[in-house]
Amino acid sequence: MADLSIVFAGIKAPNPFWLASAPPTDKAYNVVRAFEAGWGGVVWKTLGEDPAAVNVSSRYSAHYGANRLVQGINNIELITDRSLEINLREITQVKKDWPDRALIVSLMVPCVEDSWKFILPLVEATGADGIELNFGCPHGMPERGMGAAVGQVPEYVELVTRWCKTYCSLPVIVKLTPNITDIRQSARAAHRGGADAVSLINTINSITSVDLDRMVAHPIVGDQSTHGGYCGSAVKPIALNMVAEIARDPETRGLPICGIGGIGNWRDAAEFMALGSGAVQVCTAAMLHGFRIVEDMKDGLARWMDQHGHRTIEAFRGQAVGHTTDWKYLDINYKSVAHIDQEACIGCGRCHIACEDTSHQAIASTLKADGTHAYSVIEEECVGCNLCQITCPVENCIEMQAQDTGKPYLNWTQDPRNPYREAS
Amino acid sequence: MIDALNHLPRPRAGADQLAERFSDLAPPLTARQAAVESARCLYCYDAPCVNACPSDIDIPSFIHRISDENLQGAAERILSANILGGSCARVCPTEILCQQACVRNNAQECAPVLIGQLQRYALDNAHFTEHPFKRSPATGKRIAVVGAGPAGLACAHRLAMHGHDVVVFEACDKAGGLNEYGIARYKLVDDYAQREVEFLLGIGGIEVRHGQRLGGNLSLGELRDQYDAVFLGLGLNAVRQLGLPDEEAPGVLAATEYIRELRQADDLSQLPLADRCLVIGAGNTAIDMAVQMSRLGARDVNLVYRRGHADMGATGHEQDIAKANQVRLHTWARPDAVLLDDAGKVRGMRFARTEPADGRLRDTGETFELAADAIFKAIGQRFDDACLVDPVAAQLAREGERIRVDENLQTSLPGVYAGGDCTALGQDLTVQAVQHGKLAAEAIHAQLMLNVEAA
Repeated sequence: MADLSIVFAGIKAPNPFWLASAPPTDKAYNVVRAFEAGWGGVVWKTLGEDPAAVNVSSRYSAHYGANRLVQGINNIELITDRSLEINLREITQVKKDWPDRALIVSLMVPCVEDSWKFILPLVEATGADGIELNFGCPHGMPERGMGAAVGQVPEYVELVTRWCKTYCSLPVIVKLTPNITDIRQSARAAHRGGADAVSLINTINSITSVDLDRMVAHPIVGDQSTHGGYCGSAVKPIALNMVAEIARDPETRGLPICGIGGIGNWRDAAEFMALGSGAVQVCTAAMLHGFRIVEDMKDGLARWMDQHGHRTIEAFRGQAVGHTTDWKYLDINYKSVAHIDQEACIGCGRCHIACEDTSHQAIASTLKADGTHAYSVIEEECVGCNLCQITCPVENCIEMQAQDTGKPYLNWTQDPRNPYREAS
Repeated sequence: MIDALNHLPRPRAGADQLAERFSDLAPPLTARQAAVESARCLYCYDAPCVNACPSDIDIPSFIHRISDENLQGAAERILSANILGGSCARVCPTEILCQQACVRNNAQECAPVLIGQLQRYALDNAHFTEHPFKRSPATGKRIAVVGAGPAGLACAHRLAMHGHDVVVFEACDKAGGLNEYGIARYKLVDDYAQREVEFLLGIGGIEVRHGQRLGGNLSLGELRDQYDAVFLGLGLNAVRQLGLPDEEAPGVLAATEYIRELRQADDLSQLPLADRCLVIGAGNTAIDMAVQMSRLGARDVNLVYRRGHADMGATGHEQDIAKANQVRLHTWARPDAVLLDDAGKVRGMRFARTEPADGRLRDTGETFELAADAIFKAIGQRFDDACLVDPVAAQLAREGERIRVDENLQTSLPGVYAGGDCTALGQDLTVQAVQHGKLAAEAIHAQLMLNVEAA
């Protein structure tokens, strides 16, 4: 069986599945249950200065798909609302009891050197394996000059990271906010400040829905609401892109990345790893299903690795990074065409109407004798956009087939149709 | 009726227990079930289910609206194509119509979307405070509709919507036709048929006159003179006979007559019970008869058909209902003689065994007898010629025994239209009748308005 153990930014863990700093890691009771369930590590819910934060009642809301399938959760919960002393005591005990698991402590204090200088030694004394700087919390805390308010200013990110490296010997993981225009700026700042790793993404500013009777957004506090932070499977595509952006940025090359964002199963995790993540953090999936899901994640990942001959995570980590490039380097001469498997087709017509109304009129509808319709691709019109394949409810019914055009690789920088092409 | 069965005992079960046995065969969906089921619809384009629906309901659209929690919008979508969508949702053989055609009706997709049940859900839960359709400005035209069954009612509603005034002539005490008098009680429960009629009439401009029988106190000639157009939705009111001696003996009855009585009964425990019951035929009426007698408490219910299972008019779904209700299906047996006891009442029936021979049926020479307290004939309904006796009606061209119509539902007499089971067009289904009524109304409207423009 494949070896799932990792050493991430110097931190050892029996597997790469960590719980993200969030309600599931709020206190010893939860964290012990998580370790019993088999999680490789946890990032303890963010500690702050005393007095502890105070939370409101009504904290989460969701974006649903069909049949109440939760696609994303929005939360307005702040950092820990328990005292620093209680948290530090519990962390010390849990680390002592679970020495083989990674225990990272998330921190958020004001952007003042003394604040960091005060708290860092206290955390180090617990025996924790590392610290994660919460520069991403998008709700509540930024109004007080913390969380995303720091993460959105690269200079602050660099500054605080440097303080942490100065006053603490533990590995420093900088958690990045996605509520910015270019994630690489934040990652580069963390790198300059001496970060041992970055973790991303934190939650995305969000309002999930509005109660149209009461005319107030969710979650409702009294008769008001506020924006929260969005997480869950809906944010995975955004997180994957940001991970890839950092992984292929020459300025941060080699900087360890802990992937976070919508990871709910082993495949999600493997995808983050393929784009460069050395460990992953999970929250929403655990909040929806409980800690037991880690068993399925470990089992699925190990079996997939076995099938593909990957003995360790390092063996395949980052393998998709090299295949991720700028648009301008894509092969203009590559051509694919849709092919519909008539045996598998159930005749729903979704591919046809999607192509007819919104794409390239490349799927013909033919009335059959029994009054139903047959659908076939008009290859000359097909641009290979994949839309029909996306709309098709039957897996593998529509296949995008690569065409042999006989033409060589040609990218936009070389294409004669590009007036700004680079001279060859 | 039931004079012919008055000598029989009454059900052993009490009224409440029997009422329970005749409640919804397919209970309505809950909100959660409707949410799950509506989300299964793939929202097909040129959807095969719509193609299979005789009344052209835009099924993907109404299901999408259920999924969007827009039940009134869903209901209006259904009703705009089929004003009797509520009863059709309950009585349609969806297993051979929309759900048969559903793209998810295969092993890979597990099961078709429950279109009929969703349609019922939308209509049961839409809760309109006023009639959802508005009448166009009055045209001053008056149209006679004969028969307040599904065809006549659908025609009347659409005509009223176009601004015409409609008088519906109905022989029975209640409107609704087969929905009121002919459907198995557990398929269309309580007073739904009447409530639906009431809803339909809510559009206004429709007067229903009862006790009016074509060929009795009503003649087509007079109607044609007095109204701008006439629609005939006469149905099939005669029963096919076995053609055997003693067919009128106490204990022999048309299944439709018993079902009619059963549907009207306030207290099911007062109905005559045939403890040993024979049903002759293999259509849905035969199944309805057999299953209802079984639910009344009959111990021995036999359904006998002269051909094989594959030839049965009843759908596989209906046959399954029969089996689930302890009805025994006998095939390849032809009624040969009604057997009477000394008092002249039915005691059973002798059957001749049959076999196929070159596509025809022939006796094998073997016979057998089944004991029975009553025999119910369900070998089909016929068009009742007695209604077309006046000189004008007698001119109507016929197709077989039924009234001939063209694709606009117009008969051979200009201004006279017909639809539903009394015509030979399409299948004998409620939903087909509704479609006929609707299309005839559109044709009548187009013709009358054309005449107005020309004038």
